[in-house]
Amino acid sequence: MAEPRVIIVGAGPAGVRAAETLVAAGLRPTVVDEGRRDGGQIYRRQPEGFARSSAELYGTEAARAEALHATFDDLRPKIDYRPGHLAWNVADGHLHVVHDGSAEALPFDAMIVAAGATDRLMPVKGWQHAGVYSLGAAQIALKSQGCAIGRRVVFLGTGPLMQLVAAQYRKAGAQVVALLDTSRLWHQIRALPKLVSRPDVLAKGVGLAASHLLAGTMVRRGVTPVEIFGDADGGVSGVGVRLVSGRDLRLACDAVALGYHLRPETQLADLAGCDFTFDAATRQFWPVIDEDGRSSVPGIYLAGDGVRIQGADGAEIAGQLAALAVLADRGRSAPTEQISRLRQQRRAMERFRAGISEAFPWPHHLAAGLAEETVVCRCEGITAGELRAVVHDKGADEMNRAKALSRVGMGRCQGRYCGHAAAEVVAAATQLSPAVVGRLRGQAPVKPLAIRTRRAAP
Amino acid sequence: MSEPFRTDVIVVGGGIMGAAAAFFLRRRGKSVALIERALIGQQASGTNFGNVRRQGRFLPQLPLANRSRDIWGRLNELIGEDAEFLASGHLRVTYDDEMTARIETYARDALPYGLDLQIIGGNRLRERFPFLGPEVRAGSYAPHDGHANPRLAAPAFGRAARREGASVFERTEIVAVERDAGMFRVEAADGRVFRAEQLMIAAGAWGNRLSEQFGEPVPLVTHGPQMAVTEPIPYALEPVLGVSTTKLEETVYFRQVKRGNIVIGGAARGPASADTQRASVKPENTLLQFTQITRVVPALARLNIIRVWSGVESYLPDDIPIMGPSAKVPDLYYAFGFCGHGFQLGPGVGDVMAELISTGQTTTPIEPFSIARFASAPA
Repeated sequence: MAEPRVIIVGAGPAGVRAAETLVAAGLRPTVVDEGRRDGGQIYRRQPEGFARSSAELYGTEAARAEALHATFDDLRPKIDYRPGHLAWNVADGHLHVVHDGSAEALPFDAMIVAAGATDRLMPVKGWQHAGVYSLGAAQIALKSQGCAIGRRVVFLGTGPLMQLVAAQYRKAGAQVVALLDTSRLWHQIRALPKLVSRPDVLAKGVGLAASHLLAGTMVRRGVTPVEIFGDADGGVSGVGVRLVSGRDLRLACDAVALGYHLRPETQLADLAGCDFTFDAATRQFWPVIDEDGRSSVPGIYLAGDGVRIQGADGAEIAGQLAALAVLADRGRSAPTEQISRLRQQRRAMERFRAGISEAFPWPHHLAAGLAEETVVCRCEGITAGELRAVVHDKGADEMNRAKALSRVGMGRCQGRYCGHAAAEVVAAATQLSPAVVGRLRGQAPVKPLAIRTRRAAP
Repeated sequence: MSEPFRTDVIVVGGGIMGAAAAFFLRRRGKSVALIERALIGQQASGTNFGNVRRQGRFLPQLPLANRSRDIWGRLNELIGEDAEFLASGHLRVTYDDEMTARIETYARDALPYGLDLQIIGGNRLRERFPFLGPEVRAGSYAPHDGHANPRLAAPAFGRAARREGASVFERTEIVAVERDAGMFRVEAADGRVFRAEQLMIAAGAWGNRLSEQFGEPVPLVTHGPQMAVTEPIPYALEPVLGVSTTKLEETVYFRQVKRGNIVIGGAARGPASADTQRASVKPENTLLQFTQITRVVPALARLNIIRVWSGVESYLPDDIPIMGPSAKVPDLYYAFGFCGHGFQLGPGVGDVMAELISTGQTTTPIEPFSIARFASAPA
């Protein structure tokens, strides 16, 4: 029997561990990486010529980052690594990739998609001003280039990433004006029974939260975002929120890092035809998977934050499980003990994931209160008022209809950043559940594709 | 069981044909039930390129296309919105002398139908349209053709029909259609029954499933248009552009909308299924379009596409639609199978069908489109 052709999309913790598992079984997988170097977002490797230490870059996670990088360096001769390759489409058993204007169709028998996550965003009036970044982007600027997004930065949103990036910014010398968190302390306390499934991570989180207080940084919980102030010329000038007390707080700043935890990057799973299901706890559609990461489509496996936000450690486990599932499904012997141990670890990761989403809840209730002039879709400049108008005046009670009639989610990001919030706006306007309002259907390309792209010479 | 829903006319299929017909039937005083399986204008009507093009059409279709073009220009007064119709002009270009001779012949032949096509070549073509590539030899310019937004047009007709008093039933799947005792009876999956003296089938790629219930099957096949759109750039490409050629892979077309995006189609057809109601864009077709559109306008190579899409279109072997009265059943009418060129015709088809259904005749000739032409086809 010929060796199965396996493609792994992504070279973060899930992708690297999947590759390692397949190589150990004697396969030579193809690893398609949009980044220029392995590591993914969390363990992003700095560009050539930068010389910051691991401790500087990855903090408490330095050892894990180094281990992953070392694993990957060993794997390099044993895999077909494709850095700088965008996976833009999947059809008929081929992954379509583009690299520097040259397109190729890579055939596969099995594909593990470990595409990672991006920020989950709730619009706020003024978030289209220059100087507003997602938390993820704020962290990439720092990790990759050693740059901060501004001198005086307000962190607005919720979630563990906000706590972490704010700490990294402070350490890097930026002035962290405030952490304005939409979650309440009781959310976190209520989630403790789930969060104790990973006591070490819980302790790190508590430590991070405490570090902000020790540093004297302003931390406000239970805020309601009102507006990011600024103008087209000067960009961001400040942030306004309403406090729990009902009092308005206005802070001056020159940059805002915004985000409400993370959402999986599911476009490839969508293009591959995987079934999605609505998760009521986090109010989002995500692909259906079994405990090892098999999707509803034979041959398509989903791992890491690209399917469930279990974090980097969870992704390492999920990557191994997905690779072992590929091997089992291709008739290779399955190491049952290893699989059952990994599944057990994964269950703890899953319990912790559920705890995090309760501790830092998606503030869906804000969608109903967005001022009419608030831009929801920044690519197309579609406001909450325009979106509500197609609901009320044109009967659009479903997301793809709302998109067709209003242009929401039709721009460069194809709804990756506004889709969840737009669904909440439509849900609030129709008084339907977002489960009924539905989700934007995925369309290729996964990211913008240059018209200069030509098929690679065979 | 509740009483049947009773109207003068039932229109099955809420594409642009059915929605426009419902609107014009109301204008003529007929009571109408418009029944749509999903939402108005979701399939071919909502996913096509958006051409409002007359030039290049089968000549006997031009009177219908002209009647439709007149309605496109009056959309605002008729239905209260313009569906982004823009009489931007339409330019069909050629790469060789043979095709240039053909567009010259077509321009002469189309003149009696009122099309004032301008054949432009050489330096004059480049002075006027400086963005054209070096391979382009000549062009046929139609100053009064243009484009509109398919996502908006059919739903706008549907809402206008409703405002005029039509009963519009979306998300209503039909399970049975029959005629008894001089009346049509249409039954929905949820048990609702509709009855009317007259029935119009405007069910696009699914039209054949209904026509065959009346003994008139047609050899309908499905394809999906291969569409793409770029990120927005400042408005610069005024006319809709297309290539006049006999080679399928060269037949690309594109248009820039006022807000800046360039919509691209052609070069190939993709798979589409009437059963799953889904159509897709083959990745290799997208790449083929890149090669072909940059022959027409090389500067497009600097842009990115941000989305592709398709829809279920239906085609007949002679590449012209089915439109007009049934050849077998009295008071039964058809308008479906528009072979990928129905969008421009939609408003005109609605107007003509309303005239035909309410008066028994039409001032616009539609004989070539009769379903009778397939009557002798082997079963």
